[in-house]
This record gives sequence, structure tokens and C-alpha cells, in this order.
Amino acid sequence: MSDVNLIITDRDGKTHKVVAPTDMAMNLMEIIRSYELAPEGTIGVCGGMAMCASCQCYINSNNNIPEMEDEEEAMLSEAFNVKENSRLGCQIAITNELEGLLFEIAPE
Amino acid sequence: MIKTDILIIGAGPTGLFTVFEAGLLKLKCHLIDALPQAGGQCSEIYPKKPIYDIPGFPEILAGDLTKNLLEQSKQFEPGFTLGERAESISKDKDGIFTVITNKGTKHQAPVVAIAGGLGSFEPRKPPLDNISFYEDKGVEYMIKDPEIYRNKNVVIAGGGDSALDWSIFLANINAKVTLIHRRNEFRGALDSVEKVRELKNNNKINIITPAEITKLNGKEKLESIIVSRDKIDTEIKVDHFIPLFGLSPKLGPIADWGLEIEKNAIKVDTFDYQTNIAGIFAIGDVNTYPGKLKLILCGFHEATLMCQSAYQIINPGKKNIFKYTTVSGIDGFDGTRKEAKKPVVQAINE
Repeated sequence: MSDVNLIITDRDGKTHKVVAPTDMAMNLMEIIRSYELAPEGTIGVCGGMAMCASCQCYINSNNNIPEMEDEEEAMLSEAFNVKENSRLGCQIAITNELEGLLFEIAPE
Repeated sequence: MIKTDILIIGAGPTGLFTVFEAGLLKLKCHLIDALPQAGGQCSEIYPKKPIYDIPGFPEILAGDLTKNLLEQSKQFEPGFTLGERAESISKDKDGIFTVITNKGTKHQAPVVAIAGGLGSFEPRKPPLDNISFYEDKGVEYMIKDPEIYRNKNVVIAGGGDSALDWSIFLANINAKVTLIHRRNEFRGALDSVEKVRELKNNNKINIITPAEITKLNGKEKLESIIVSRDKIDTEIKVDHFIPLFGLSPKLGPIADWGLEIEKNAIKVDTFDYQTNIAGIFAIGDVNTYPGKLKLILCGFHEATLMCQSAYQIINPGKKNIFKYTTVSGIDGFDGTRKEAKKPVVQAINE
């Protein structure tokens, strides 16, 4: 197991290079929270069940990330500011595939 | 005017358990919640999802936990003000707090316990220009009086249970319902989807998918909306537009009560979870302190300790000692008594 490097743009447009562990069953939303890149209460509101879309992210690199499941697709279809590259951070697990992932936290 | 000993803001698990712990100390509670039902997030967001870290319950559904907490607190006869948001607070010279809701309901208590979780649930508003101008002039995020929609042109937007359920309800009272959703698939209970399909086949509901509302029009009130489908814009005349995109929690007016706030949470002293204002406590997910974890079980612990200080505020100088329920039983305010069975003492040799 190893760590991966992620490049995250926060809601103010500031870019952060962070290191994320692949062996702690964490996801992108949890990485954002653990580095406090979005205020508490504005991200991961439902805890990570794909039920609130507060962790919507725009994926800006070509990493091989898992396909969307029904729950995530349904939630995104009710979210706002959705783009082609929108995903819910809570549904993307940190794996070695994410090395160098470039993504942006969507507006609240 | 509602008067009580501890006024609890937020009827989620922590707020409900406070009723029980306060009851053991003979303190009466009243709860205010913005949602129309008790249970907080457990009943609003994930009632059918399991929780695995409630001590003594290897697995329990969030909805069942709420039911159990209501049952556990029932004997202490809590009062409820539901569907109203706590708006303002003031403290009189005798130290009594008055809390008024957005609907004007007044509550008085010497102790206030804020157990508001992530805040009160507010409807999520779609990012459309001028939408706030049309609020209550044709745009409604919640249905309060279904009768106003009878024989009217109503557009509902959303793809979840509430969009489906209200479409069915309003179609059945002869509203001319158009349901608009960004995808063809709806995320609702199977029988709701079936019912909507049936109403559509009988021309009782018009469904436009995959489509999005892009503009609202009208001089003084909402008159029409623009729906975009396959990059083609269509204008639809409407009397009412009801966007149903779920609820999201906001700390709301509590943020302006003079409490010390850090990271969207209320700072407390871990001795008894009191805030910077004496007599106001914050327990559960709404508070923060070094080492804080937003867990239901931590909320239970905080509620229990908080009640000890609440007792001292309400009964200054009056002696009391912590008791085990197994030893002393429980005397409900409703006259019921629960207690352990007495051991049988009998001689074996006559």
C-alpha cells in the first residue's frame, strides 16, 4: 500500500497538493474534509451515502476512476451546477489509480 | 406561551435522548424542530439505512432508532413544536430564555439545549435567475395548502420521492401537473413510479424528460417557464412552479445568537457542553471542542452530562445524587413506573 498525490482546487479557486493514503478506505470527500479544504457543514453533509451532492467535484484529469453507480447518477441528476465531468467525491475511493488526479470542488 | 424546564432545539437522536436523561432528574422538556417529524437526519435523510455503532445494537435502521428513542422518552411527556424553525432568543433579568419560532410560537425555559445537528433543513433552491423574486408569487418549495393548486397549471421539478408523491397527489385533485426531470429515470419508491406512469398514460400528468428549466418569466408573478430539452427551448404557461430538490441543513438564525462559532459549529466547554452564554448548551453534531467526533453515541454522552448542569441551574442548591435506573427504576411523568423485579426470598428447608 502506498500514498497517492492529488491536486485539489477549492471553492475559492486555490490549488492544493495533498497526499492521500490508499489503505484507509477513504474517498475524495473525506480527503477534502481531512485537509479542511471546504468548511465543515458544506461538504459530506449526508456522511457519504450519495444522498446530498454536497461533495460534487469536477474531475479534470484522465485517471481511470470507477464508473458511476445508479445512486450517484440519480443524485447528480438532482444536483445543481452539474457538468459533464461531475462526480460525487464520496463515491470515489482512494486507490493507486488516482495518482496525480486533478479535480475541483463544485460550488455549494 | 409554552413553558418548560429544558427547551431543546432539534428533535434528532441527541435531542430525543436529552428528554430521557432530563426526565430522570424530573426536568421537563419541549423540542422545536424545523422538520414536520422527529428524528432529524435519521428520519429525513436515511431512515432505511443501517447504523452499526450504536452501543448494544449490532445493527439498527436509523428510522427504528428514532422510533425507539421516542418510545424511551414517551413517559417523560415531551412537548413538540414541529415544522417551525427557532428564530430568535432573548434572556430576561431572571435568567429565563424566550425563544420565538419563524411562525411566532413563543417558548420559555431557564435552560436551552441546542441539539440542532448540522442546522435546520432548508429547501435546496435551483440556481435560476430571479427565482427569489418569484418566491410566494408562483414559486413554492414546500406544499402547505394543496387546495390552492386545484385546476391550476403546476410544474414540479425533481426526480425523487417528493417530486413523484406530490405529482400524484396534485394530479388527483385536478391540478394540471407537468413533471420535469433532468433524466428519464426517477429515484423513488417503485409503487410511486408505477402510479405516475399510470397517470401519464391516462393523460393526467405531463412528463418532460430529460429536460431542465432554464428561465422563469412574469411581470409581477410567475407566468411561464422555459424548458430546455434536446437543446430546444419551449415556453410553458404556469400558475405554480414547485422545485423539489431535497433539503440541505443550514445553521441559520442560531449563527446570530451571539454564540461562539467555529467551523460552522458552536464552541462548548467539555465540562458540561455549555456555550459562551450561561444557560445555553450545545450538544451533538452542532457543537465543537478539541477531539470532537460527530457521532450519535457522543451526542448521547453530551446530553447526559449536560442535564446534570441543567439541574443545578433549575434547582440551585438543591441536593441530588446520580442514580442507576436498574436500582431506582423510572417514574414517568405520565404516572407509569418501571422497575427491576424484586428477588424472590424463600426458605428451602421448611
